[in-house]
Amino acid sequence: MIAQVPIWREMKASYAFVERNVHLSKRYWGWELAFLVYTIAQSASVVYIADAAPSVTKHSFDSHYFVLYLAIGALTWSYMAGLFQAIAESVQWERWEGTIEYSMMAPIHILTYILGSCLFGVVYGLARTAGVLVALTIMFHIDANSAGFLPALLIVVVGSVSFVGIGIMAATLPLLFTEKGAQMTYVIEACLLLISGVYYPVSVLPGWVQAISHLSPATYILRGIRDVLLGQPTASEVVGAVVPLAIIGVITVPLGIWMFVRAEHFAKRTGRLKRAG
Amino acid sequence: MGEIMDLYVADDILRRQRAVERALAIDHVSKYFGGPSRLHLPWQKPKKRVTAVDDITLEVQRGEIYGVLGANGSGKSTLIRLIATLLFPDAGTIEVFGLDVMKQAGQVRRLLNRVSVEASLFKKLSAMENLIYAARLYSVDAAVARRDIVRILGQLGIPEARVRQPVEKMSRGMQQKVAIARALLTSPVVLLLDEPTTGLDPRSKKDVQRFILELREQHDATVLLTSHDMDEADALCDRLAILHKGRIVVEGTPLELKEAHANQHGTGPLPSLEDVFMDVTGRSLADDEEGGEEE
Repeated sequence: MIAQVPIWREMKASYAFVERNVHLSKRYWGWELAFLVYTIAQSASVVYIADAAPSVTKHSFDSHYFVLYLAIGALTWSYMAGLFQAIAESVQWERWEGTIEYSMMAPIHILTYILGSCLFGVVYGLARTAGVLVALTIMFHIDANSAGFLPALLIVVVGSVSFVGIGIMAATLPLLFTEKGAQMTYVIEACLLLISGVYYPVSVLPGWVQAISHLSPATYILRGIRDVLLGQPTASEVVGAVVPLAIIGVITVPLGIWMFVRAEHFAKRTGRLKRAG
Repeated sequence: MGEIMDLYVADDILRRQRAVERALAIDHVSKYFGGPSRLHLPWQKPKKRVTAVDDITLEVQRGEIYGVLGANGSGKSTLIRLIATLLFPDAGTIEVFGLDVMKQAGQVRRLLNRVSVEASLFKKLSAMENLIYAARLYSVDAAVARRDIVRILGQLGIPEARVRQPVEKMSRGMQQKVAIARALLTSPVVLLLDEPTTGLDPRSKKDVQRFILELREQHDATVLLTSHDMDEADALCDRLAILHKGRIVVEGTPLELKEAHANQHGTGPLPSLEDVFMDVTGRSLADDEEGGEEE
């Protein structure tokens, strides 16, 4: 029998988290379905604002562009929120099930734990977004520029990496604050929603919020996807989105891992890994 | 000169052999919780520092079943967590087969596994799904693991038909057996059992106790067992320590402890382990159950 190379062993171990979470999603399918309905309802409610805009403003105009604008925001946010939640809630979920100590004492690198949670986050985010896309396409007859699909995919892939970094940072909160850490991740998610221009251009925000919005990867993902799907994609638009996303990813992923390792040490020093009582 | 070198080499070999025979070496280990925090706000009461483990030193030899007895809050579970790399000691060192739990945590984790008083399983997942997850984390081939899971659970009295049922549909005893199977699946050389039979029915308790003995006989495993059950400790443990307020108050074989108690209190029939426990801790297990505190 060939001895397993450590890195290959760690990669295989990270699959354990994906498989486990897929099993859990299947067993909680009722809740997943309810959450999908919630996301579709929320997304459709936002897109209907565009549909209703001519009658609300009493100005006749072609709302097709506005519908697409909001639909892209709703779909992109559905993916990013799914990815963010899957990563950020990984610790809280295990603490709730009472299994966190068993995962943390397994002979794997902490990176493997994080990688597994992130891989599932991507799968989960994509699956949820596919459901929302189908629903919105049926409801609003969405028809985007098909030439922009591949550049949009590239932006989503690079953007996912930088978003993963923020998700890992958020996952440290339940390690630091055993009782309210998970709720604090929702605060981060809401702030990202506010500053990233999900449903409106960042230019409408106050100047100081606009300045902060440059730090959010979601800002570049949304701007980039809209540029390539709503107009004629150019190489400079794609590069303009991908480069800042790559830079943010290079910073947030190592920073997130560093924070997670520090938080794990803090939890092991203070006895907060498992919530007692 | 050559003779001196030979002596050094011989000494080194002897030292290594001793280290290998010594499964667990805990040296002056202490663990505190709480205490003044770095960020202290004026309206917050300063947190009192609690000593969970207080300067514990003990050694467990390879293949030994070593018992740690103590009331709730005596530090048993904290000690187990320190060995399992789930807590960092504030003082002292812990070695598992010569490997430091702080400096070589990854290697230490390959050698050990733990069963706690709660089964700690994903309740919606089946026993098979829970155990395959554990197997993958420990690099056990999934196909091999599937066979072993059915075999181990069968030995523990869980029929194959129940293996694919959600754990939440199993009794507490069955869930605990699945937790034991999770530990055994990874073939640990050191098994940490933290009150594994608490709350189990007598039959399940017997099954688990029998399995612990088989594990030692057939797999050369070293077991550190914490328990409330004095009869269980008496029957299973080669040696044991009684912990009180984080400190070891007595240590020895069950017979040694009973004889020491008998000698101290005059001649008469050999006392039970519970008599020894009450004598050295000043409390009975009934007190412990009434006034239990979080460990």
